[in-house]
Amino acid sequence: MITISLFDLSLAALLVVALALSSLRIYPVIAGQLAIAAVRTAIQLTLIGLVLKVLFANSHILWVALLSLFMLAVAGREVMARQHRRFSGWWGYGIGVVSMFISSFSVALFALVIVIGNQPWYEPQYAIPLLGMLLGNTMNGIALALDRLTSSASEQREVIEARLMLGYSQQEAIADIRQQVFRTGLIPIINAMAAAGIVSLPGMMTGQILAGAAPVEAVKYQILIMFLISGGAGFGTLAALHFGVRRLFDERLRLRLDRLSGEA
Amino acid sequence: MIVVMAGTMSLHPFRGRALLTVEHLSCAVLQDISLVLEDAEPVSLSGASGSGKTRLLRAIADLDLNTGSVSLDGVMREAIEPQTWRRKVGYLPAESRWWATTVGEHFRDPRTVAFEQLGFGHEVAEWKVARLSSGERQRLAVLRLLENRPRVLLLDEPTANLDAANIERVEALVHDYIVGTRAACLWVTHAAEQVRRIARHRLVLENSFLAQVEAA
Repeated sequence: MITISLFDLSLAALLVVALALSSLRIYPVIAGQLAIAAVRTAIQLTLIGLVLKVLFANSHILWVALLSLFMLAVAGREVMARQHRRFSGWWGYGIGVVSMFISSFSVALFALVIVIGNQPWYEPQYAIPLLGMLLGNTMNGIALALDRLTSSASEQREVIEARLMLGYSQQEAIADIRQQVFRTGLIPIINAMAAAGIVSLPGMMTGQILAGAAPVEAVKYQILIMFLISGGAGFGTLAALHFGVRRLFDERLRLRLDRLSGEA
Repeated sequence: MIVVMAGTMSLHPFRGRALLTVEHLSCAVLQDISLVLEDAEPVSLSGASGSGKTRLLRAIADLDLNTGSVSLDGVMREAIEPQTWRRKVGYLPAESRWWATTVGEHFRDPRTVAFEQLGFGHEVAEWKVARLSSGERQRLAVLRLLENRPRVLLLDEPTANLDAANIERVEALVHDYIVGTRAACLWVTHAAEQVRRIARHRLVLENSFLAQVEAA
């Protein structure tokens, strides 16, 4: 395995710098966001590398749990930040976190205990990267789904209410939006699975191969991860839809867009 | 004579049987509205635009947050499932919404709808919604509402886009429905002529207050 030096990394960073400079004229805001995101990725990944190094050295379940919860909290914040119109109050944060917790954590637990069956099951070398992959993808699905749900509900308010006026149930009134939202949440992973190996070599597998693993072993892990991710993202989207739709209506079956923040 | 029907004022006794009773209803813009709708006695509601007529109808149909008590046939609104409530207390908004491709998909059972009552042939169920004129939409929306067999009709300017012949058709249909099923009706309209034709009892919303105008 060839180790990468700091100099190698700064060569790659030149790419981002060049891109930021080029985009200055078209859209300066994006250039700033790009720069900040690049700095964040360098700092955050370095920190997690150090944290993992320490964690691998003394693998206690408490530390694994603590880091997992921290990752969940940050993912929840990220889901909230990506909403154009989010649920106001704790709901905006809570729906995302609870949905990710239900899906990512249970799928990770299932993979660690039943599929991989490592001893102990919480071995951080397996648990943390697995959970990270799951959280990252579930987070994407849930953020997309919630954003689509709240924006569709506000855009199609009059149609939803027209159905309610005619005595339709909550499910009937929002059925087509639910379908679209569920599709939105699942499309990224469906596309990823469909293109895997033909159009794209998934990042995790590529990493393993670059690090010297046998391709067939790397492939098996990648397939496992893909299935876990589709389960996590799919069930996470379902959970977010469930809680989100419930919050959009009240006990008298009124569409409560006033529970969303942001402009009407 | 104008009787203000807000707060503790007593209601003018009509001759029919009270079907829908609204007491001390308040919502975003309306304060303390009380009114009674009796069976087979259509009531007209007018008032300047922005006076809250639509708000009042929406609140009675329970589409917006509101306080106060509303009851149908002596049963409190809260004791009735919201879905059932809206079928029984049918609200027709000024502008109807259509979401599916064909007209028929918006009806529970288009085969049983008497489209001819408002001048349509039965093939209207196959028509594309996108090609309907605003008048056709308005007439079809009335039929769609009546399909639920509501006990109370809350009509928000149901004939605003119609020509004289169709106004007459809609008025006749609603009248026959109200008399035939002994339903109640609150009909929002600006046209003084129409008020005279359809209702003996007139309500006027002014500055969020409800006033009753005696039949001449």
